[in-house]
Amino acid sequence: MASLTGCGGGDDGGSGGNASGGSCSVPIVNPDATQVSVWGWYPNLQKVATNFNNTHDDVQVCLTNAGQGVDEYNKFQTAITAGSGAPDVIMLETDQVPGFALQGGLTDLSEYGASDVQGKFSEGAWKDVSSGDAVYGIPVDGGPMAMMYRTDIFEQYGLTVPTTWDEYRAQAEKLKAAGGPLMGDVPSNVPAPMVALMQQKGAVPWEYDAANPTDLKINLNDQNSKDVLDYWANMVKDGLAGKQDQFTTDYISGVVRGDYATYVSAAWAPGYLTGAGAGEGADAGKWAVAPLPQWDPANPVQVNWGGSVFSVTEQAQDKEAAAVVAKELYADDESLKDGWVNQIIFPLNTSVLTSDEFINNQSTFFNGQTANKDVYIPAADAYEGSTYSPFSNNFYAEFTKEITAMNNGEKTGSEAADSLQESMETYAEQQGFTLS
Amino acid sequence: MASLGTADQVASSAAAATATGGRPRPEARKQLKGRGTNAWVAWAFLAPFALVFLVFLVAPLLYALYLSLYTKGLATGERFAGLDNYTRAFTDPSFLNGIWFVLRFTLVVIPVQMAVSLLAALVLDSLTSRFSRFSRLVIFVPYAIPAVIGALMWGFLYSPNFGPLQQIFGDSAPFLLADGGLFAGLTNVVTWQWAGYYMIIIYAALQGIDPAIYEAAKIDGATGLQVALRIKIPMVSSALVLILVFAVIGTLQFFTEPQVLRPISNGGITADITPNVYAFNLAFNYAQVNYASAIAFALGIVVFLGVYIFLFATRKRGGFLK
Repeated sequence: MASLTGCGGGDDGGSGGNASGGSCSVPIVNPDATQVSVWGWYPNLQKVATNFNNTHDDVQVCLTNAGQGVDEYNKFQTAITAGSGAPDVIMLETDQVPGFALQGGLTDLSEYGASDVQGKFSEGAWKDVSSGDAVYGIPVDGGPMAMMYRTDIFEQYGLTVPTTWDEYRAQAEKLKAAGGPLMGDVPSNVPAPMVALMQQKGAVPWEYDAANPTDLKINLNDQNSKDVLDYWANMVKDGLAGKQDQFTTDYISGVVRGDYATYVSAAWAPGYLTGAGAGEGADAGKWAVAPLPQWDPANPVQVNWGGSVFSVTEQAQDKEAAAVVAKELYADDESLKDGWVNQIIFPLNTSVLTSDEFINNQSTFFNGQTANKDVYIPAADAYEGSTYSPFSNNFYAEFTKEITAMNNGEKTGSEAADSLQESMETYAEQQGFTLS
Repeated sequence: MASLGTADQVASSAAAATATGGRPRPEARKQLKGRGTNAWVAWAFLAPFALVFLVFLVAPLLYALYLSLYTKGLATGERFAGLDNYTRAFTDPSFLNGIWFVLRFTLVVIPVQMAVSLLAALVLDSLTSRFSRFSRLVIFVPYAIPAVIGALMWGFLYSPNFGPLQQIFGDSAPFLLADGGLFAGLTNVVTWQWAGYYMIIIYAALQGIDPAIYEAAKIDGATGLQVALRIKIPMVSSALVLILVFAVIGTLQFFTEPQVLRPISNGGITADITPNVYAFNLAFNYAQVNYASAIAFALGIVVFLGVYIFLFATRKRGGFLK
């Protein structure tokens, strides 16, 4: 509750328009300027907001940390339902955008000059925040996916770096036969990377356009989705991959201990692992990164997991000012550099992606490897964008059940895909969508 | 488990009433009634409570009831639905499985809790050393630890990678938050949390028994075990019924522990494991406030029926409603 009023804006409809600014977590440099309240949680946001306030005369940011991810979304959801209490600008993970937009919680930024900054992002990154002509957020960072691996384990067991998923499985079998650790992990609590891996093989799970908000196409049990789910279900069944939930202390302790030879993850993962204490001390320099294995090496497909945007809420009183913040917060060179140097974000802003410093950066986590140049930038460039579910939270909860059933050997991947499709169709119809 | 809020006060006053030998005498009641002119004094004393009660309990309840009669899909507008949400709730497998889970849980966890707390209370009651006071405090401490902290702590203890189970059993250590282990794992957490509190209620009731009865029993040659079984337990039966009611209500509303442990359960704890967890996720994750209100009310109906049947069945045993 405290965070709802943390900006002194809770009682006047969520606008940070009052001049006191006493409860903002960053100083207001120009007290006469319009104040825009912002919710976000990245660890360097205070620096970022300070940079913004120092360089803007007409608009000032009043920053509040309303919790990370789900905690913040629950508060925002409550504010949307209540009709008041939302901030002017909110940080959201990209897959949350369609759901909040559908509820009328977010402002279409195409009317507020979103096209001014479109040129700073790749087409794929821009597609992620758009629905038809509407734009519901300005990208901050992304998560081009890749395969991180432990060089010490690969060396010890004489593995080669796989470039296809067939090779990945072959190496996993070799590793197991030699009595080695698991090749990877299939967490049930984070289905988002599994969706990305299904998309990599050509699945298009959701077709949805905000212009026709009641029309929806769900395709979760096509052959491509089934193939990918069967692949991972078999990896678990055959003892080649673990079934440990991720973003948990247990997973991290397994990673540190060398329980997993690879971590199929996104560009923000090195920062996450470092923050959690992996890749340090005796573990330092053991990780390397390679491009995501492919199904068809002749036609490689790159996918994305995670990343965040700044969206303007429908409750924002001064939408012009809020749009300026969404477009320009975390978009200046100094902030972006602070973000990527400290491994907080993988920026999507092309001003960084094309800078020599970023391209040639030798990652400490990857033992001096030029990971950006070798892996992450090509993956980000080749990413074509995707359409997320208009009800991600329910989708993920049901997908979690299916992955759990797969991991427990109760369902094959194909069966899981079929029941997921069925439960999503039922849910969509209940919510008033017309399925096509 | 759901916090029992004002129930705590009821518990202590009920325990105190038992301890001091029962209800106020009828004459006293009559006297109070006679002073009708001073009714405003009573209202003045009642006002703070009544205000809080109306604003924070009755009003939200009515609002939730109102919400539950409407429906709003993500892709549709809000419209009046009558009892549709309730029909949906009682045919929704998520809700019904949740009810089934908490019912099974109630049947297992409550006898365990009662047995542990009764045993502890009987043992402490028959000890008079300084050690007994210390033990009483130690057994009560888990109740003083916030449920969230307790659940987080057990989450670490259950960890398959660095918990004590892993150190004892190695790789074959059971994981108590998923598959077959979940039920036992949650039973343990809840018993740990609540047994001490129930122990205090029973202990207070035991302290209220007139020692002359024990002396009489001793003269008749009763053994310690006979005193416990034939005298102590029957004489605290109303406290036991009280505990049972609290436990039934609390367990049917099971929420905090599964909610806290869900992210580390490897999928063992689902988003609809208990009706309350389901209602929470519906409202705050899935944007279905109307349906969530209906689920909450439907759960309320089930709890009310359950408790009513229970009280009806135990009314002759000197239940606390007498």
